[in-house]
Amino acid sequence: MTGFGALLRKELLEQWRTTRLPLVVVVFLLVGLSSPLLARFTPEILKAVGGNQFQIVLPMPTAADAYDQLAKNLGEFGALIAVLLAMGSVATEKERGTAAFILVKPVSRAAFLISKLAAIAATLGVATVIAGAGAWFYTLVLFEPLPVGGFIAAMFLQWLALVAYAAITFVGSTLTRSALAAAGLGVAAFLVLGILSIVPGVGTYLPTGLGAPARALALGLAHVDALGPMATSVGLIGGLVVVSWLAFRRQEL
Amino acid sequence: MTAPTPGAVAIEAKGLTKQFGSILALDRLELTVPAGSIFGLLGPNGAGKTTTIRILAGLAQASSGSATVAGIKVGLDVPELHRHVGYLDQDPRFYSWMTGRDLLAFVGRLHGLDGQELRARVTEMLERTGLGAAAERRIGGYSGGMRQRLGIAQAILQRPTILFLDEPVSSLDPEGRRDLLELITSLRGEATVVVSTHVLSDVERICDRVAILDRGRLVTEGPLQELLDAHARPIYRLAPGPGQDARQSDLIAALRAARWVTTASVSAGTITVTVSDPAAAADEILPLVVAAGVTLDAFERARPTLEEVFLELVGPTAPDDLDGRGFVRPREATRQ
Repeated sequence: MTGFGALLRKELLEQWRTTRLPLVVVVFLLVGLSSPLLARFTPEILKAVGGNQFQIVLPMPTAADAYDQLAKNLGEFGALIAVLLAMGSVATEKERGTAAFILVKPVSRAAFLISKLAAIAATLGVATVIAGAGAWFYTLVLFEPLPVGGFIAAMFLQWLALVAYAAITFVGSTLTRSALAAAGLGVAAFLVLGILSIVPGVGTYLPTGLGAPARALALGLAHVDALGPMATSVGLIGGLVVVSWLAFRRQEL
Repeated sequence: MTAPTPGAVAIEAKGLTKQFGSILALDRLELTVPAGSIFGLLGPNGAGKTTTIRILAGLAQASSGSATVAGIKVGLDVPELHRHVGYLDQDPRFYSWMTGRDLLAFVGRLHGLDGQELRARVTEMLERTGLGAAAERRIGGYSGGMRQRLGIAQAILQRPTILFLDEPVSSLDPEGRRDLLELITSLRGEATVVVSTHVLSDVERICDRVAILDRGRLVTEGPLQELLDAHARPIYRLAPGPGQDARQSDLIAALRAARWVTTASVSAGTITVTVSDPAAAADEILPLVVAAGVTLDAFERARPTLEEVFLELVGPTAPDDLDGRGFVRPREATRQ
């Protein structure tokens, strides 16, 4: 891991200077704030749009609806942003020649790769914290307070799922010189995982399987089994990093 | 940077071969670069200069053969190698969002520098490469020449024992080129410098050893002066005084008939004679002038140039040998 510290510092500075970090934080904050709002006012919006032409009977929204809306939005917008962050991380550096510039310095290729994924994970982490804080606060204002500890744990699981999507795209970015091809792999993996998530016995152990325990934790429900999907997601991310390294260490720049 | 040990070997390549599909970019290259030398790697476009440097710098992998740089076996993921090596690409690319100072500080940190030492080294490099005034500007706004200077600064920042420069003056203006050549010359004795270029006058100015590559093969290698002495044929320039047209014609005819003359031509009143046998020419050229009754205003035995050596060894490139990019077509592996 020679050079990891200096590389991570550069990656984090790049996230900031290229405005990726502020932009992602703003998008996640909007997701966080809008989710409880949508949950709270969707019945009234539908009523206003429908007028007296047809009657829609919707149950009174609850804090659980606010969380579900947040989880859905993070699962879609968040995953898309994870793919966008990871798609060019290695491919663009190879294409532009900056990877060659760095890798003739005393830097191991493992450090080069891991610093990049760590910076993406950090950006997603900061953004998830901001989104979670915004959503928790608006849920408090519009509904009722959710358990703080459980909600933080839920946001951790959501973040882990996003890092898994980023790691899949990251492998694509390492294997190719095209950010678009990497994004294609990320989106394809997102769809495949979505399909596999409905397979009984399999879905629980995929990153998509983190949704159920995250919900239970956020709402303070009694039965939570998060360890299985957590372990497989962490294992998946670790495995993807190893695959990236095995491919990248043999590549000419 | 520790001073190179006299007589030590900085770089050694044994049977270095690089194949891209059926194309043989480098063909069993044998190369020894003494420590402390400024070593010119010459050849036409497509000769294998950049491939050689990329393999030695650990950016590309040889198909076969091996090489050591600073005693370390080269390979793709060898951080230890890069503690000793500085490298400048022919088209250096950096992060456009960084300033020049940011980039050098980043490179310094990668080499383990920090604190006051890092700041001092960065400032020194910025001044040494004439980028002090542009240090706080984003690299995205730098000209090609400024990027090249920044490339030099980052390559020598950690005071490497071995420095690879791939076409370092390609995008510099005359002043920048002069400054860079002076900078390279100033590294003599401090580092081993390998410079690839096809600007032969630059090589003559700064290099003490050269290797000439052609289509992936080493044509020759050795000390510059030995190479000039061994390969270059002297050129004689004779300037007859005015009003001797008939005698001058006789002299040219006599020169062309001599077995040691390759060519004899007249241009702007000066007779230029290229020779195949320098010893015979030295003995016989003036007696021929005297025999023709020609009086001379000037007589010169011109110093042989590296360009002549290069053309003698590599020869002019035929249009059929060039690909669409102006590169010499490489050898095909099956034809070796």
